[in-house]
Amino acid sequence: MAQRQEIEAPSKVILIGGSAGSLSVLLVVLPLLSERINAAVVLVMHRHTRSEDLLEALLASRASLPVRDIEDKDQPQRGIIYTAPADYHLLFEPDGSFALDSSEKVNYSRPSIDVTFESAARVFGTRAIGVLLSGANADGAEGLYEIEQHGGITIVQHPETAEVDYMPRSALQLFPPAYTVRPGEIAPLLVRLASDISAARD
Amino acid sequence: MQIELTEDQLDTLIDDVQRQYGYDFGDYARASLHRRIARLMTVDRFVSFAELRYRINSDKDYLSRLIDMVSVNVTEMFRDPSFYAALRTQIFPVLATYPLIRIWHAGCASGEEVYSMAILLKESKLLDKSIIYATDINPTALSVARAGIYPLAQMQKYSENYVAAGGAEDFSSYYTAQYDMVKMDTALTKRIVYATHNLATDSSFNEFQLIICRNVLIYFNQTLQDRVFHLFDDSLEGLGFIGLGSKESIRFSTVEASYQQIAGKDKIWRKGKK
Repeated sequence: MAQRQEIEAPSKVILIGGSAGSLSVLLVVLPLLSERINAAVVLVMHRHTRSEDLLEALLASRASLPVRDIEDKDQPQRGIIYTAPADYHLLFEPDGSFALDSSEKVNYSRPSIDVTFESAARVFGTRAIGVLLSGANADGAEGLYEIEQHGGITIVQHPETAEVDYMPRSALQLFPPAYTVRPGEIAPLLVRLASDISAARD
Repeated sequence: MQIELTEDQLDTLIDDVQRQYGYDFGDYARASLHRRIARLMTVDRFVSFAELRYRINSDKDYLSRLIDMVSVNVTEMFRDPSFYAALRTQIFPVLATYPLIRIWHAGCASGEEVYSMAILLKESKLLDKSIIYATDINPTALSVARAGIYPLAQMQKYSENYVAAGGAEDFSSYYTAQYDMVKMDTALTKRIVYATHNLATDSSFNEFQLIICRNVLIYFNQTLQDRVFHLFDDSLEGLGFIGLGSKESIRFSTVEASYQQIAGKDKIWRKGKK
């Protein structure tokens, strides 16, 4: 059993939110994230309750980092990709651990990207990196803005490259994020933003 | 527009409620509690924190509104069907060997999962020798559970869950529909005892062979989770079972060493011999 003290806290927490049209982007991004990044990666996807294991299996087959389901009060660890479970909101406790919540849907969604992003902004502040991808819903825009306001780094998929541009456009209408990028640029950018200084010098 | 609720204000509120009414939310999971109170402020249109604070301190009846909001009552019948299938196939054959089966459903909210349990027991011909103690912190939710009246619109989903859990009967035989509501068959309720119980402060009240507590612990921090696991441990016979929600685990608790998870990925643990 994992003991708390053995866990190395990641220097960054990368939060990726998406809905319709975002899976194909993840399949471009995830294979390029390697152990070089000193970050935990947390995916919040709008998904059907019953498709639970299929999404994890698909992502795990493509990602180079391990993909793990979240259990309540797990501590996010460096170099692990976590998926927010269907039918729960994903929040963070003050100590950075995951906390689940099955209260009412937000933006017709559970998990809601806004809920996770807002919680991450409060808990991780400048350590948070928020990424908002393709989607047919405004969920995530407000939350990404919260990350920005708490000093985190914000990235939006360029709407012209999005299968469904409503979600990224909603964010761009709200505030100018630090980066607006194409799918192919996301992983290199994350690696640059979240690498150890020592690793970057290698 | 949502009013910002600061961490200090939340602490103040927790103190007020504890001092004035004895409900202790201090070890609730902070992130979720924050959301619930912020939502209460939005839904009930408080224009400032001071107004909410005044209302809670001066209006005893408003406390039940607060508790109703803080204790998340989202639930469904046969939630996570595979959990119920595991109960039926792996746990009930063991329970069947006892002359009297005592089950504690802690944090039962509006009772949907209690009825699910009663249906399972009935189909396994165990209901008549079982007693289900169904408890919750929230009296409002318990009165819904007691009445056993639910929206008809939910029944399609519950029926699918029931079938996915291995149910072979006609699910609609367990209720009578009237207009847009259904009333659960009273034959299911005769072995259920409802009572308020606060997992944060109340103690053990009996010994059980099975304790069900699903999607309740996620709202508690690790300190309170550990308290509850000790409470459950004190309330569970040797070789008894604990069933948790699909994302919950006993593994961070100090009682973990005396428990073993049953086969499969369902969140059911069995206690060792006492």
